[in-house]
Amino acid sequence: MSLLAVERLNKAFGGVVAAHDVSFAVERGEMLALIGPNGAGKSTVFNMIGGQLPPDRGAVLLEDKAITLASPQERFRQGIGRTFQIAQAFHSMTVCENVQMALISHHRESRAIWTEARQHHRRDALDLLSQVGMAEAADRSCSVLAYGDVKRVELAIALAGEPKLLLMDEPTAGMAFRERAALMDLTHSIARTRRIGILFTEHDMDVVFGHASRILVLLRGEIIAAGSPAEIRENAQVRQAYLGNAPALTGAP
Amino acid sequence: MDLSFVAIQALNGLASASSLFITACGLTLVFGVTRIVNFAHGSLYMVGAFTAATLVPWMLELWFGPVSFWLGIVISALIVGLLGVVIEVLLLRRIYGAPELFQLLATFGIVLVLQDLVVQIFGPQDILGPRAPGLRAPVEILGRRFPSYELVLIAAGPAVLAAVWFVLRKTRFGTLIRAATQDREMVAALGVNQALLFTGTLFLGAFLAGLGGALQIPRVAANTGMDLSIIAECFVVTVVGGMGSVPGAFLAALIIGQLQAFGILIFPKSTLVVVFLLMAVVLAIRPYGFFGRPEILGGTHAVGIASRKPMARGTLLATIGIVLLACLPLIGDPYLLKVATEILVFALFAFSLQLLIGVGGLVSFGHAAFFGLGAYGSALTVKWLGAPMEAAFPAGLLLAALGAALIGAFVVRLSGIYLAMMTLAAAQILYAIAFQWVEVTGGDNGIVGVWPSNWVAGRSAYYLLTLALTVITVLFLKKIIESPFGYALRAARDSEPRAEAIGIAVRQQRWLAFILAGAGAGIAGSLYAFSRGSVDPSLLGIPTSVDALTMLLLGGIQTIAGPLAGSAVLHILRDQIMPLTSLWRLFLGLSIIGMVLVFPRGLVGTIRQWGEDRA
Amino acid sequence: MAKTSMTGWLALGVALALGASAAQAQTAPIKIGELNSYAKQAAFTVPYRDGWRLAVEEINAKGGVLGRPIEVISRDDGGTTGDATRVADELVTREGVSLLFGSFLSNVGVAMADYANQKKIVYIAAEPLTDAITMAQGNRYTFRIRPNNFMQVGMLVEQAKASGAKRWAIVAPNYEYGQSAAAVFKRLIKESVPGAEIVAEQYPALGKIEAGATVSALEQAKPDGIFNVTFGPDLTQFVREGNTRGLFEGKTVLSLLTGEPEWLLPLKDEVPEGWIVTGYPWDEITEPKHKAFVDAYRAKYNDTPRLGSLLGYMVLYMIRDTIERAGSTDTDAIIKALEDAKFDTVAGTVTMRGIDNQSSMGAWVGKLVLKGKSGGMSDWKYNDGTSYMPSEAEVKAARKD
Ligand SMILES: Nc1ncnc2c1ncn2[C@@H]1O[C@H](COP(=O)(O)OP(=O)(O)O)[C@@H](O)[C@H]1O
Ligand SMILES: [Mg+2]
Repeated sequence: MSLLAVERLNKAFGGVVAAHDVSFAVERGEMLALIGPNGAGKSTVFNMIGGQLPPDRGAVLLEDKAITLASPQERFRQGIGRTFQIAQAFHSMTVCENVQMALISHHRESRAIWTEARQHHRRDALDLLSQVGMAEAADRSCSVLAYGDVKRVELAIALAGEPKLLLMDEPTAGMAFRERAALMDLTHSIARTRRIGILFTEHDMDVVFGHASRILVLLRGEIIAAGSPAEIRENAQVRQAYLGNAPALTGAP
Repeated sequence: MDLSFVAIQALNGLASASSLFITACGLTLVFGVTRIVNFAHGSLYMVGAFTAATLVPWMLELWFGPVSFWLGIVISALIVGLLGVVIEVLLLRRIYGAPELFQLLATFGIVLVLQDLVVQIFGPQDILGPRAPGLRAPVEILGRRFPSYELVLIAAGPAVLAAVWFVLRKTRFGTLIRAATQDREMVAALGVNQALLFTGTLFLGAFLAGLGGALQIPRVAANTGMDLSIIAECFVVTVVGGMGSVPGAFLAALIIGQLQAFGILIFPKSTLVVVFLLMAVVLAIRPYGFFGRPEILGGTHAVGIASRKPMARGTLLATIGIVLLACLPLIGDPYLLKVATEILVFALFAFSLQLLIGVGGLVSFGHAAFFGLGAYGSALTVKWLGAPMEAAFPAGLLLAALGAALIGAFVVRLSGIYLAMMTLAAAQILYAIAFQWVEVTGGDNGIVGVWPSNWVAGRSAYYLLTLALTVITVLFLKKIIESPFGYALRAARDSEPRAEAIGIAVRQQRWLAFILAGAGAGIAGSLYAFSRGSVDPSLLGIPTSVDALTMLLLGGIQTIAGPLAGSAVLHILRDQIMPLTSLWRLFLGLSIIGMVLVFPRGLVGTIRQWGEDRA
Repeated sequence: MAKTSMTGWLALGVALALGASAAQAQTAPIKIGELNSYAKQAAFTVPYRDGWRLAVEEINAKGGVLGRPIEVISRDDGGTTGDATRVADELVTREGVSLLFGSFLSNVGVAMADYANQKKIVYIAAEPLTDAITMAQGNRYTFRIRPNNFMQVGMLVEQAKASGAKRWAIVAPNYEYGQSAAAVFKRLIKESVPGAEIVAEQYPALGKIEAGATVSALEQAKPDGIFNVTFGPDLTQFVREGNTRGLFEGKTVLSLLTGEPEWLLPLKDEVPEGWIVTGYPWDEITEPKHKAFVDAYRAKYNDTPRLGSLLGYMVLYMIRDTIERAGSTDTDAIIKALEDAKFDTVAGTVTMRGIDNQSSMGAWVGKLVLKGKSGGMSDWKYNDGTSYMPSEAEVKAARKD
């Protein structure tokens, strides 16, 4: 039983086909990269798995249970966490409160009115923040953070729900090179230790080839190749279509 | 119903639709580009009618003929267009940086100012304009007489639609307007001269409003009630059509015109409610109107309450404040106590709106619905059940909460301006019910004799009761704002996708917020009813909703003290200015505009900002 | 030297101040509170204010009342019940006025009546028309001068009888004033014209008439009589559309208030001739007392007197007479002096009926005609209100006191 199975997902926006018969699976503890040029349909696929977009056709199964039409809320309860391509955090709150909010929801306390939100799960929140290296900034307002830091906070928020599956849409966009490596190392270790399956998209090929256990290549809404990094590196069709026949995918800058 | 009658009635509907479209089209263009909900659009329409009703006869005197007439109409519209430019350059331009709601507040100010200026310039009496030369005689259609001017109007709507279409599609200015309507950030990024674009748009919008008004003069005497009677319908047209969509506005106006023409045959008393019912139904089915699109999720930071360190000695200061207020009966005369009571009531009212706007980001234009329901709930219990005040209070609270539950259920599916308009529609429907269900509600005369029980009949006692209930409710709402519930509400305001992705049931959360806010406003309404001894439909009217918004925005939506300060300032201003001069609307409007310019984050918000800047 | 003179001046000042305040106590003005919608209803309330101001001037020039001048403290009532009762409260508690008068809108009048009852202060409604003020919401403290809805409709129905029309259509603004006028009309027409039926009813929202559609709808019912209650901008639209489409041709049209200069002036030369209306033919009334009023008014303001001007002028003289007869400004004494009292006014003798506190002031009923560039009334007759007032039994049934 795969952690996540996606079967023949289709989505079109007017005339634009953003996903056509997309099928793949994500296993526990695996880091699966979804790559493709801008506009290929990566975010669309993410949004159909996360529940932000309903597919036109096809099915999404989490541990063999169909969640194709479930709301994002239900998917969260069933163990899907995610980050967004454009980071989404609660900018009127402090960094710590952002994570506390996620913990409050995870513990189903978001209807409580007699207690102070600030007092809920602060220690757990600080724990998560130190995992992503944001503990120092815990009491700063989220609105003053650098973009890369917001992405880290987002990761902590996503982890707060103890997900089985983590969707990360361009997790390192807006970060400096060194930061990217560090964040992906962290993500990698989380995937391994917690046996979380991670699906991510990324434009930085170093990150992709350095961390993905498998890679899917999406082009104009269709998966044109799937395999290990080594296989993808050698795939002529990918080099032709996606990489504009770049000399080699070595990962060197 | 014979065919000729149906045909004539349909033509009547078309003529009304054309007039409505021409005006509403300007509103939707201005909204599309600037995202300003221009409440003063109706005032510009009124100015157009007055200008034309004065200018055209003068021109006809010089040279009688169709040319003078139509030239006069166009010149009047141009004058109004220039007025739009003046408003943009002198006022709106200075506050584009401020939250969008603040621009709304500024336009409220303009409405007040123009109401008095029109009376000063054109005199208080209605001005009957001349009929169009050559179009005085009716034409015969299917054996019935039909005014030929109405035929011209019927043609004018599509003509304006075509002209606007041409401007939008074939000129650079139009391309920019369309681009800005779709993505405002993009236009800014493209390095377009935004100021010029906005000025141009305001000119076009005001010109159309003025044209709409000027074209009315052969049908309607220019009168001082035109501004408010057109603005609500314009909102309906733009919202039903989809904000920013000109063809949408056209279609909506056509539907409304026919609905009114035939509606009066079936429900002759339904006139008030029909258009708002239409809006409610359309929004329930299509949350963005016919051709509107969801607001693009931008990086613009939602404004409202944010986390901050608890103020040092905040509790102590609040306690001192409450004790001082409780001591007021020792020094104040009865009238001061009455004013203080009303300030407290409105503070509570505005504060309950704060839960929706400041915390939930749910801009309600119809908060008067809940205030009025609370007041009517109490008054009806007193009138029909002979219940004492002690029983009437909970009844008011209950009715308001139930109303909020019902309205909220429809509203939480929407967002942004559509949500605001749905609340407005709900309040207007309730207003119409209170106004027209005379047997139960007493119609516009309302219900009188709603006086408090003996133990709080005295001014001081009632003041203290109001203070106690206000303080308790405000503290309760404050607690909610800081609770997980309030945080989750704020989370959904800050980022809806994020909130959903962490499992927050955004709609239910908002629905509950509506109930809580509605109940809070209901308490305020009940208190108000007993302080005044009567209720009437104006409690449910647009001006009451506008009052709550004004108080909240004046005080500042980022703070808890904001609505309290705002209600005190507005109420005291009105109380001080009204006895001084019959130009009180002018001065009140100027004060609001002045405050918008000086305190772009509201009184409390701006003052706190100054403090933080200094620190 | 400088010092003594300083003290001297001071002493003189104190003495003058004391003397002045002592003198003031004897001739301190009688304060009367007034409130009306001067901003929002300026077209009607400003002439009314001109009317009472003229009266105040005249009365004070003749020595005031009880040897004291009258001072009217006037406020804007904001046109809403909430503002009106608050402003009234300020007049009563801060300014210490002896009685209140004013207001234009019916709902404000009703709220004011209730306020007067609660605070036990006399309130004289000059202008509001709703029956409620003297009937269902009437109370001991509230008085009204103007002939109410019921009386004015009664005068028009009498004309309906004469016209012989049987199929009636009603057009009335959709609010309390319009609806109650329509209801009274329906009741009275059936009582006094056997076989009369109502064939169409239209209730456009106040200020928002869809005139074309309304005229077509009325036309479709083929009435031979029309009862109109619309006024203001609605009326002008209705008249224009109706004229163009020939709605009024060959029909009897009864119209409430349309003969008042307030409504005739904006119609200019488009007055619907032949309509039977209640109104105020100010320029044709020949009673010397009334003529003097018109002359004084026109001399002072260089403006046409409106019905509001007359009411404002009348109410102040009635207040003067009342206080004079009461001999004080005590509320109970004032009520006593008002109830069942006769007043000699510019509009003739008027009695304030005690059971409902409604004055017997009547109305002028006549036909609209075009006179030069604006409308006027012809064949008019002043109907004293006494015989049109609701019967005592009806009053007793409606009133709670
Ligand atoms: N909400 C939408 N409405 C219309 N078109 C969309 C929408 N979202 C995405 N698209 C289109 O679908 C295609 C795929 O977009 P997306 O999934 O964002 O690509 P990627 O994430 O790979 O860059 C693009 O052509 C994009 O323009
Ligand atoms: Mg993407």
